[in-house]
Amino acid sequence: MRNLVPILTVVAVIIGIWYAACIPMNIHGTVNLARQHGFEAQPEGRRARLQTGAFQLVAMNPQAIPFVWSEEKPRLPAPHQVVAELGASTFGFAPTDKRSLVFHAWATLSATFVGFLIGTLAGIALAVGIVHNRAMDMSVMPWAIASQTIPILAIAPMIIVVLASVGLTGLLPKAVISAYLSFFPVVVGMVKGLRSPDGMQLDLLKTYSASQAETFFKLRLPASMPYLFASLKIGAAASLVGAIVGELPSGGGEGLGARLLAGTYFGQTIQIWAALFMAAIVAAAVVAVLNAAERVTLRRMGMAQ
Amino acid sequence: MSRLLRRPEVFGAGLVLLGALADWRLGAVLALWFGAWWLNAQLAAGRGAATRYVVPVLFGVALLILWEVVVRLWDVPLVILPAPSDIWAKITTSTHLLWADFHQTFIKGALPGYAMGCAAGIAVGILADRYGFLRRGLLPVGNFMAALPIVGTAPIFVMWFGFGWQSKSAVVFTMVFFPVLVNTVAGLRATSAQQRDLMATYAASHATTLWKLKLPAAMPFVFNGLKIASTLALIGAIVAEFFGSPIVGMGFRISTSVGQLALDMVWAEIAVAAVAGSLFYGAVALGERWVTFWHPSQRGRN
Repeated sequence: MRNLVPILTVVAVIIGIWYAACIPMNIHGTVNLARQHGFEAQPEGRRARLQTGAFQLVAMNPQAIPFVWSEEKPRLPAPHQVVAELGASTFGFAPTDKRSLVFHAWATLSATFVGFLIGTLAGIALAVGIVHNRAMDMSVMPWAIASQTIPILAIAPMIIVVLASVGLTGLLPKAVISAYLSFFPVVVGMVKGLRSPDGMQLDLLKTYSASQAETFFKLRLPASMPYLFASLKIGAAASLVGAIVGELPSGGGEGLGARLLAGTYFGQTIQIWAALFMAAIVAAAVVAVLNAAERVTLRRMGMAQ
Repeated sequence: MSRLLRRPEVFGAGLVLLGALADWRLGAVLALWFGAWWLNAQLAAGRGAATRYVVPVLFGVALLILWEVVVRLWDVPLVILPAPSDIWAKITTSTHLLWADFHQTFIKGALPGYAMGCAAGIAVGILADRYGFLRRGLLPVGNFMAALPIVGTAPIFVMWFGFGWQSKSAVVFTMVFFPVLVNTVAGLRATSAQQRDLMATYAASHATTLWKLKLPAAMPFVFNGLKIASTLALIGAIVAEFFGSPIVGMGFRISTSVGQLALDMVWAEIAVAAVAGSLFYGAVALGERWVTFWHPSQRGRN
């Protein structure tokens, strides 16, 4: 817990910078609404104000500063506005309501989860094949590694549209993208993990005349667990990003990505930030669950540090 | 032993026969697949130096041929899956367009963001290493941020910096900053107490220790961060263009071509993105080999 004070300091500094940044970012909008706030804007006319720099405008209208943190459509919403919106859209509506952020987060999370599960299982299966079959190793492994350098995410909109044209919509197309994105990290990590037992350990099992299946279940699989969890965390983060990007072409549909896009269309900046924070919370929760699973598993196996 | 070896072939031939009974096209595709696989298995059993390259290439070529044959035999419409030959034809007939998109997205959008983000990540990493308080505070926050879906900030940056390349660079900057920062901080701590003591007995200043010991020792970690960032950079630039862009750029072309169901164009852009991503990664990996030639992971490969 000795890290608590430094972490809180860093977070406090970030929030401080955020509040400070709101002043120059939002000053133009606030001054344009000066009448509503009950003061006279300093340079007369919108055009003149547009040509004035942000800091100069702040200096000319010091009475506008209190209002930059409470605009309705600010360029940069203040932290408390985002938190308020997050709370209102999380607890203000029933979770089945389309206005509820929980509804959208669940739409994204369920697709992520289904895709992640498929991608992980397929990845583990392929890794098992690669470790046991030389031809498979030599043919597939270079491509699995090379595929990690390719911006696969770019094909997400195409997958959505193509699957929609053959009648598949909703959760499944997003899950396909998530599965695809989590697949290769798991393959690469799992192959590394299944190969991690050293020659001595393998030799020992050979002296026991252990079969290939026994070697796999008693040595290779347990040895691969730390590697599996490391790649699961990468894969889960990638799956979530994939599901969010997969929601972009669907327009007014459901999910955090659709919420982001809708916010962009209507200039609802606070809504964008709230969706972004929700995505962060979901990602953090997923990683936290995986961390907990890792700790429990490794402790039960006696591998915890 | 020989019976064991023959089994997969018998299995494959059986599947081919079954497939052929159902539909001759299925039989042909299965025959192609198992034929290529059998050839690869034979090659992989050999131990020549060339097999390391021949086998994966053969596998890739077999996949491409299979893709082509499937599309041709079943007459898959262009709006679902174009054949590789269609995609290649599109690439060769629209090189100008593809180059303009590549220039806008990669050279103007991704590269400046990548360079600035990596430089900032390394600089903040060095600062964080100098001041332990900063490191203890920044490292958990950085680790947390590195796991977040930062691409989501794209609509905000497009709103702030406009449709041009600046917003793409900003997205790329934010995406690459945290992985590079985390890796740099980890790398700067990778020296042993003995090495640090040696520098202390030389009465080396903090700057000298940093320059002669810590930075070189950190390079393998830094390059790990740079490699992760290189793949993120292109993704960030392309996805940011989905939220608004001038009428040029790979992300713009992908999203509009998807809308027009011109899937050959989409695949052409994806091919360009794949080649660009691999080359970018390769360039960073080459730089790594050049800088960290002393590291065990680089030795023995000559």
